[in-house]
Amino acid sequence: MYTKKKTVAMLLAGGQGSRLYALTKNVAKPAVPYGGKYRLIDFPLSNCTNSGIDTVGVLTQYQPLVLNEYIGSGQPWDLDKLNGGVHVLPPYETQTGASWYEGTANAIYQNIRFIERYDPEYVVVLGGDHIYKMDYSKMVDFHIENNADCTISVIDVPKAEASRFGIMICDDQNQVIDFVEKPAEPKSTLASMGIYVFSWDKLKKYLIENEEDANAKRDRGEKWSKDFGKDIITSMLRDKQRLFAYEFEGYWKDVGTLDSLWEANMDLLSPSVPLDLYDPSWKIYSRNDYMPPQYIGDNACIENSMISEGSKVNGTVDFSILFSGVTIEEGATVNYSIVMPGTVIKSGAVVEYAIVGSDCMIESGAHIGKSPEQVENRDDWGIAVVGHNVTVSENKSVDPKQIIGENI
Amino acid sequence: MSVNYNVLGLIFASMHDSYVSELTKQRTMGSIPFGGRYRLIDFPLSNMVNSSVAEVGVITKSNYGSLLDHLGSGREWDLARKKGGLHLLPPYSQTGGIYKGRLDALSNIWSFVEHSSAKYVILANCDVVTTIDFNPVLKQHKATEADITLIYSRSFYDSEKSSCSTILEFDSDERLNGVLVDPQFSGECAQWLEMMIVSKDFLKKIVFDASSRNQYSFTREILQGKKDEYKIMGYEHNDIFMRIDSIQNYYQANKILLDSEKRDQLFKKNMPVFTKVGDNGPAKYGLESKIKNSLIADGCIIEGTVENSILFRGVKVGKGTVVKDSVILQGTKIGNNCSISSIITDKNVEISDEKVLTGSETYPLYIGKNGRI
Repeated sequence: MYTKKKTVAMLLAGGQGSRLYALTKNVAKPAVPYGGKYRLIDFPLSNCTNSGIDTVGVLTQYQPLVLNEYIGSGQPWDLDKLNGGVHVLPPYETQTGASWYEGTANAIYQNIRFIERYDPEYVVVLGGDHIYKMDYSKMVDFHIENNADCTISVIDVPKAEASRFGIMICDDQNQVIDFVEKPAEPKSTLASMGIYVFSWDKLKKYLIENEEDANAKRDRGEKWSKDFGKDIITSMLRDKQRLFAYEFEGYWKDVGTLDSLWEANMDLLSPSVPLDLYDPSWKIYSRNDYMPPQYIGDNACIENSMISEGSKVNGTVDFSILFSGVTIEEGATVNYSIVMPGTVIKSGAVVEYAIVGSDCMIESGAHIGKSPEQVENRDDWGIAVVGHNVTVSENKSVDPKQIIGENI
Repeated sequence: MSVNYNVLGLIFASMHDSYVSELTKQRTMGSIPFGGRYRLIDFPLSNMVNSSVAEVGVITKSNYGSLLDHLGSGREWDLARKKGGLHLLPPYSQTGGIYKGRLDALSNIWSFVEHSSAKYVILANCDVVTTIDFNPVLKQHKATEADITLIYSRSFYDSEKSSCSTILEFDSDERLNGVLVDPQFSGECAQWLEMMIVSKDFLKKIVFDASSRNQYSFTREILQGKKDEYKIMGYEHNDIFMRIDSIQNYYQANKILLDSEKRDQLFKKNMPVFTKVGDNGPAKYGLESKIKNSLIADGCIIEGTVENSILFRGVKVGKGTVVKDSVILQGTKIGNNCSISSIITDKNVEISDEKVLTGSETYPLYIGKNGRI
């Protein structure tokens, strides 16, 4: 039994997140821990629930074990529904063969049947690697008001950073005239957030066309691609379809790199950053472990930090984020760092300006990272990263910018 | 954790409510908040689930709105099941009135027990907090061919400081030969933890026998009255337990959790205590926060000083405020520059700036639900 849904969301979660290196060795990027108790995918999933979108397809491909386990029945996000709910959609084999998802557009193309079951008017396409709180229903309303074929959510970025993004050039009615991916000389500062609303009939048409075009090019030995930004949006613009930019105001952060992941966590500790995780009307849901409250010991010294359930802190924690079940022994110091679930920092160890993955053991006397002031040449400075399940032995050190994925 | 359909769990959620009348004014024993993020019923319920019990009935009496809200379908304890699962048993009495003791409570809900295919029944209260695996108890119960196996702890008892204890005496074969209710003495003795295992058939016999004689007290009629006739055995469980039988003991029981050794006996790695998820953000500590020896739940925002205290979910502590030796229940907001020591605030209390509130260790000040100061 499938009843009609006005809006279906498709979440692209197959990306490898190769620029997160050791942190995505065995987990897909959307399953990377963030903010003390979340994983990146909690943000789009919670936004869907809070926006009243109860049907979500999650397209997975790279290292799906942890992500699949995490999503499970969708219950933590209220997405375990009789009709709709969250569905994990990996690539599959058909009578004519099997193929991986060959790009973002192809991933949706391969799941046209999933979408058609709900006979939606609109399809929201989301990424799994951005931190933001957004009411998608308002964006769908904007799409309807403008009688748009596609609406792209944009954010005004500083001019200096515009060349890192896909930039939209719009007229004064917010209609998109042109789209340039990472322009050397940006003509606008409206960056695409990778969030799209499509009228389903139009999206379906362009997905099928793009698929056929790309396959024909491949057969001829030409360059081909099956991407949203590069192919679908470009084709729609070429055909003078109605594309609109929906300007988003609020906190939005891409966490595609180790530096931006660290910054996005540190942002939570800044009073000037407008990302409120404590607002009861827009909760960010997550799958929780069952742990007792955190215990802060007699020798602890904690300032400006976020700490999660099951942690035991008896050392110094400053400007840091500790996930659940982390142990900071007496005499250990953690500054400006992110420590993921289950990691133990032994007495006498120092962790600063670093990301330490889950279930690590940082032995006594080990030193992870350095503050920018301690580094002579500023270009040599960057955050230090320890991957998941890594032991850093006594008195070993991990330098700024160094990334380790194996025991040292 | 496999599932055992041969054992039925029964939890008395409202037993001994009157001993902590402050906390049960708007709730029942089972839904009293405890330990930063739990309700008392989480402990017996998790013990049963961790012991593979597949079906649990919760016997309520009055004021059970908050309990129903907490338990929901039983999903958080993995008890939202087609086969077995959680069953809420509100009071319905054949005689019209509300039940007075365990025996008539059981008589009222017997059709539920009768319906279960289980051979054994584990019974527990909510006013004794402990973590226990029932499987070794069941094994002993079968091996000794006992009619009833009572779970007890050999520990220090002081009549001055407790108000609802049952003291057990056993002969050299661990068979019950004496039962004292609130005796006047202090010293080491076997205290009943208000938990037992009994076969369904035997339970049916004693429940129906008591019903026909208009008897309702299990302790008086069975433990004291029939100890020579029935084979009643003891099982010793010596991990930490806390009895919630006064507001002072409630305060102390929370503070015991600051002792890491005792905390580890309650929160064991392989026996997680399940509870309703709150979906709060992590606890957040401000620039001038100072925290010592405290248990802090998720969703707290702390900008002041907190020492020797237990803070439940979503508590706010303002700048310049000092909170010492206190138990602060969920949602309490404490303003700036307050000084607070030895108090218990119930849910959603608001304390405005510059307030000084002081109780004492032996007699903590209690502030009722939604109180404004």
